[in-house]
Amino acid sequence: MIDSSSPDFWSDLVDVLLLGTGQTLYMVFFALVFTILIGLPIGILLVGTERGGLFEKPFGSRLVGQILNRVLDFVVNLGRSVPFIILMIAIIPFTRLVVGTFIGPTAAIVPLSLVAIPFFARMVEISIKEVDPGLGEAAHSLGASRWQIVRKVLVPEALPGMLLGLATTVTSIINFSAMVGVVAGGGLGNVAVTYGYQRYSTIHMVAVIIIIFVIVMILQGIATHFAKKFARTSGGGSRAEVTERKMALGTPGGV
Amino acid sequence: MISIKSVSKSFGSGARRTVALDSVSLDVPEGDIFGVVGQSGAGKSTLIRTVNLLERPDSGTITVNGRELTALGDNDLRVARQGIGMVFQHFNLLSSRTVQGNVELALEVVGVESRERKRRSAEILDLVGLGAKASAFPSQLSGGQKQRVGIARALAARPRVLLSDEATSALDPETTRSILELLRTINQDLGLTVLLITHEMDVVKTICDSAALLEAGRIVENGRLVELISTSGSRMARDLFPLGAPESIPGATVIDITFSGGNADRPVIAQLARDHAIDVSILGAAIETIAGNQAGRTRLALPGDEMTNAAAITDLRAQGLLVEIVGGESA
Repeated sequence: MIDSSSPDFWSDLVDVLLLGTGQTLYMVFFALVFTILIGLPIGILLVGTERGGLFEKPFGSRLVGQILNRVLDFVVNLGRSVPFIILMIAIIPFTRLVVGTFIGPTAAIVPLSLVAIPFFARMVEISIKEVDPGLGEAAHSLGASRWQIVRKVLVPEALPGMLLGLATTVTSIINFSAMVGVVAGGGLGNVAVTYGYQRYSTIHMVAVIIIIFVIVMILQGIATHFAKKFARTSGGGSRAEVTERKMALGTPGGV
Repeated sequence: MISIKSVSKSFGSGARRTVALDSVSLDVPEGDIFGVVGQSGAGKSTLIRTVNLLERPDSGTITVNGRELTALGDNDLRVARQGIGMVFQHFNLLSSRTVQGNVELALEVVGVESRERKRRSAEILDLVGLGAKASAFPSQLSGGQKQRVGIARALAARPRVLLSDEATSALDPETTRSILELLRTINQDLGLTVLLITHEMDVVKTICDSAALLEAGRIVENGRLVELISTSGSRMARDLFPLGAPESIPGATVIDITFSGGNADRPVIAQLARDHAIDVSILGAAIETIAGNQAGRTRLALPGDEMTNAAAITDLRAQGLLVEIVGGESA
């Protein structure tokens, strides 16, 4: 039990919350970076390796394309269906291999990225499928290469939808980062458990909830703002809204 | 300039297999505006898409500007496509880019550096009459303006050939006319060869030098417009001058006379009435400017059966007119 009348209580509370918030932001930021770096290409490949897609025949073979498509689809489904708490524990050997330990915020980045990558990859896939196939065709007719079509047509045109997907992804990373804290990751989740739960400090608990809520609101706001902005300049407001609705249907795996 | 040789293409397999193109051959001479007409489902779209190999034919060869595209590998094909512009029915503009950005895309693909891209896109936008809209987004433009951007994009990399896939089908008649005028200007000023497909005979009438009629994946008629209209029984000529279905009038012979080139402004009917003392009645007439020439078709009823009018008809034919007997008393 924590004594809230002790003279050090408030300064301790601020220290603990600052550290927790810093750790959470650190985990979320890097998990997000890896999610984009890996999830974006996977999402593009998911669409591209479909029949009639840009990468339907990697190395000149349709079979390779088909296999790649099936494998990616399977991995993404697997990643999305395994509950996070199980995934986190199951990949401890992998985390140890990559980071050297499975405890602490840095180690937590590994499972957080792994859970968010498949989720974001699906978001990317959905957004790219919304792009009018005529645009790819026009680029083909201009003599664009596949890489140019991805970079100059598909990604920019799918950007509003992908940003909305990113907003949802960030929220779920924050959500899971709290769960990491319970096991060993640190961050606000850890504060909530060690102070709020184990030492019955309602103040800590309420503070953590408010901070997480504020972080989610700010990140969501930023992502939605940019999604709307890009959709407006491109006149694709309705398209972004459709994507938003589709995204709302797909909730992340886990809890 | 464009040479299509026995190109076939089918979709699907087994019982659901549909033949879109059945051994189609076409030659488009340099500098021509060539129109392919046909109803929806005739295979027009497939045909034009095989020209730049957006659709790869099952068999046959495509040669554009002296290069056999069907024999090229992926990379060479990309380079060859840069010399073939294409305009689409639904414009296919990037909504994330401005008008100028859309035009520059064509130049980025070719690898033109930034300053030259700006210069060239401004130049080409002026040409299509959209210089003032360079920084607008496609969503802020009308259909006609969007198609002008589409044309500017297709022309930016200085292609020798322009393919037009129903470029005016989504536009109203007045806008259609202005876009067709633009295509004509481009064809004349830049010496561009244009292959267009359309389901509207009006488009052919307005700008084409040559045309082909595509039906169920086969070329049914093909030739220069001036020659087609003076070809007896030509389906395209009949569509160019719609006089309605031939009618039979009891006690009279109904004939269609086609005028073209030099004989369009001669008083043929007055002469006919005077020389043969016939009471000619005019049932219908259509006069058009086709490939820059006045041409027309008139349907006349001549009293009496075919035998009675034989002399008059021979006389008309002797004047170089195309005379078709479309209805009359069987003698």
